[in-house]
Amino acid sequence: MSANHDHPHAPLPSTPDKPGEWEILEIAVRELAIEKGLITADDHRRLIEYLDGATPALGAKLVARAWLDPDFKARVLADGSIAWRELGITNYDRTNLIVLENTPTVHNLVVCTLCSCYPRPLLGLPPDWYKSAAYRSRAVRWPRSVLAEFGTVLPDEVAIHVHDSNADMRYIVLPMRPAGTEGWSEAQLAAIVTRDTMIGVTVPRTA
Amino acid sequence: VPHYARGAIGFIERVLREFLIPEDDAYGRPHGRRRMLYRVRLAARALWPDYRGGDKDEVQLEIYEHWLEPVEAGEEKQP
Repeated sequence: MSANHDHPHAPLPSTPDKPGEWEILEIAVRELAIEKGLITADDHRRLIEYLDGATPALGAKLVARAWLDPDFKARVLADGSIAWRELGITNYDRTNLIVLENTPTVHNLVVCTLCSCYPRPLLGLPPDWYKSAAYRSRAVRWPRSVLAEFGTVLPDEVAIHVHDSNADMRYIVLPMRPAGTEGWSEAQLAAIVTRDTMIGVTVPRTA
Repeated sequence: VPHYARGAIGFIERVLREFLIPEDDAYGRPHGRRRMLYRVRLAARALWPDYRGGDKDEVQLEIYEHWLEPVEAGEEKQP
């Protein structure tokens, strides 16, 4: 093992020899669309590159801005869709956004019990665990156990609000600004706002 | 409506706006019927009597108007 790869792990699963049914379907539809001139191969490549390029840094910018600017915070809580315009973010999948504010008495947690609905223009592609059957079912049924597994233990006095993105809206959590961040710049604040804090499985920390 | 919420009694958290209903969206009818969408609050304890957590814990989800029914005052105390 090299110096940069010194952790033991089980052999990684190799790529299956044959593509699965859905993969074949995707390839067939894509190739037909290209052959018929509906899209080009480069259009497809460019979209994938774009989707992979959206990162949680965009959501972190929203949170840091809301922490610093009470007027922006009030506007984005009233209507999440102002975020696209005011932060200059391309709302590529026409996401309808609701911003959920954590307070000393309410902690918000986001799940999509159906599949993988997620505020992609702000957070990028969802993590694999967000799409897992275990998270999707347990986050609504046993949210406190799920939070504890992510290292987040909250007293019963703090109400947990689980938000199921089961239809047309997408959700992002506005966490509470941690103590000890007084005087920080927007960039400094954004650096502690991770993807998981905006899904609601953890909270921002200064160290 | 997700299975866990069927038959449950809750409160409207906010009124959203009209959206294409899933019955048409799922069949590729983008100009199909549109209905008002609501955010509904359901108490976790009311959904699951053995729920572990605070009494104020809740689940919020989106439900279209044609899948909601009004209940009489006082009825919300019943399971």
